[in-house]
Amino acid sequence: MTSPPLGRSTATRSTASLRHRLAERGIDTSLLMLVPALVFALALFVYPFTYGMGLTFQPTAATQEKWGGGAFSNYVAFFKDTFVSDSVWLTMRLALPAALFNVLASIPMAFKLRHRFRGKKLLTTLLVLPITLGTVLTAQGLLIFAGRQGWLNRFLIQIGVIDQPLALVNNYLGVMFSLVISGFPFAFLLISSYLSGIDPSIEAAAKTMGADWKQRFRRIILPLLAPGLATTFILTFVLAFSVFPSARLVGDAMGSTRVMALMAYRAFGEQIDYPMASTIAIMMGVIELAVITAVLLWRSFLYKGSTGGKG
Amino acid sequence: MAIAASKFESLELQGVGRSFGGTDALVDLNLTVRAGEFIALLGPSGCGKSTALNCLAGLLPLTHGQILIDGKRVDTVAAENRGFGMVFQNYALFPHLSVEKNIAFGLQMRNVPKPELKSRVAEAIALVKLEQHAKKLPGQLSGGQQQRVAIARAVVMEPRLVLMDEPLSNLDAKLRLEMRTEIRRLHQSLGLTTLYVTHDQEEALSMADRLVVLREGRVQQIGTPEDLHNNPANWRVADFMGYRNLIDLDVTAVTGSAVTLKGEGFTLRGTAVLPVTVGDKARAAIRPEDLVVVSPAEPVRGGNTMAATVSVVEYHGREFAVGVTSPSGRGLHVHSDHAPAIGSTVELTADPERVLVYQADAIDMQELSVEERELAEVRR
Repeated sequence: MTSPPLGRSTATRSTASLRHRLAERGIDTSLLMLVPALVFALALFVYPFTYGMGLTFQPTAATQEKWGGGAFSNYVAFFKDTFVSDSVWLTMRLALPAALFNVLASIPMAFKLRHRFRGKKLLTTLLVLPITLGTVLTAQGLLIFAGRQGWLNRFLIQIGVIDQPLALVNNYLGVMFSLVISGFPFAFLLISSYLSGIDPSIEAAAKTMGADWKQRFRRIILPLLAPGLATTFILTFVLAFSVFPSARLVGDAMGSTRVMALMAYRAFGEQIDYPMASTIAIMMGVIELAVITAVLLWRSFLYKGSTGGKG
Repeated sequence: MAIAASKFESLELQGVGRSFGGTDALVDLNLTVRAGEFIALLGPSGCGKSTALNCLAGLLPLTHGQILIDGKRVDTVAAENRGFGMVFQNYALFPHLSVEKNIAFGLQMRNVPKPELKSRVAEAIALVKLEQHAKKLPGQLSGGQQQRVAIARAVVMEPRLVLMDEPLSNLDAKLRLEMRTEIRRLHQSLGLTTLYVTHDQEEALSMADRLVVLREGRVQQIGTPEDLHNNPANWRVADFMGYRNLIDLDVTAVTGSAVTLKGEGFTLRGTAVLPVTVGDKARAAIRPEDLVVVSPAEPVRGGNTMAATVSVVEYHGREFAVGVTSPSGRGLHVHSDHAPAIGSTVELTADPERVLVYQADAIDMQELSVEERELAEVRR
């Protein structure tokens, strides 16, 4: 056997196509198709975002005078003005329980609807339907159904269960209902798909090894489902945290549901203080990121690999 | 050795059946398993063998019949309390637990004290030779190693009965042979009563003490490997057990079990498995290794000869597998000690003892319409 002389390939032209030769150097020309999307993202996201970020360091004269702190005056105001900083707590008080409830309530639902049975499609459709309703429609429905003169209260009074109408809307509860109605289908769909990704024979194996349903859930299903639960929690939390229309429509906009999005809108629309509005928006992002980081950190301690199913 | 099978005298399946929404997956399975026996459930896919196994494990409720161990009903006991070990086709290891913890899981569920648990897990790991991989996750192991974990996980529980659902079907040919020996070794050294599901007749013949052949949910034959290999009960079992040459002929003479058949331009002497009478349509089943090309070393046997044209020759080590075409155009699989030239005419012979004659089906293929015939062809 004679081996071909070394360096011959440099002497003769490669017969591979241009695309192939570029690919060997790590250049993929088809990535050029991303250009329009990149331009779009730069123009509509990156630029406005950095512009808004810049705005937060250009406080209005009024803010500077009142709160001091030079370029950081907006941030000083954010933390020192209790009317603003309280909204952080008010938002958290809504978003965290709503996200937790949506995730926790979805688990048994997804479990029950995992197997095939008659009417499964109908039930799934009913559960998922609210996702198609806008927040405004949900709010309208809530006001009509659960308002002081709503038919729920009228019905309860007529059958004599209560004397005074229950305060179910225009307060914390109303917003919570709205967040659950719009957030639950979302969490349910996500968790259902995560659950279907777990190979049923894994659970059957645990069964033959003597684990009852509680042990199977705690030792096998939950650890395998946890990454999915974390992701679902993050997504529903972010949705709930940026609540705006329902906080206004079925909440107590200046009281118990004075959420951060409302505060940002107030600064922007009523006080015409763009820098302060931007600061509140940026702080919303910061707080969301902090929660997401905490959840992801917790998740990083868990098993992350394949769950054996169709995934 | 500390790991040993829990003892029982006999396991009885009485008329066990399972149907799914009106279609029967398993019908009237009667079987008595003695302790320590290795039983293979054999059949083509969809024959109900996995259904039978899942019914035994308690993963599927029975629709008919009952399962008894030493006279006590177990089919009403929940799967988690039956104390059977099961090995799944896709292993079904817990992906988030290490090999050790996978094996320890069942013992933890039974609240086995820690020192005993540790020693039993270590022993099970040693049994399947996975000491170096004890701390790894299943995803980091090869298919064969995962299979060993699955077996160790079932065996460590000292189960009354081990159920295996096609455990080797996902492995490559070489590994399959190794694991076959391994499972047999474990079975013999631990005295485990094993029910093994497979569609591979060779696997079943080589491993099991007794075989149960299923077809469309019905038991076709129960017997030892020799029984099934040499005396299939009907032509379907014969077909499944490697009798690749099935020839439909007319019965012309019957003397005891010796039968003479005619048709397709030749005469064949064979042995009737079930009584046939002159004039019947019969189906002769011959294994390729029993139908050989006549050569100086292979004389004509029992006066059985027929001529055929060679169409394919495959080299199989010590002999040749030859595909031939009979004068009537029927393709036959035969063996030969030399390589005949393709296109040449050869003389075939078969020992009448090894030509098994079965009654052909009641339905006559010639009388059916084209569609019905095609359907019947597919069904068989």
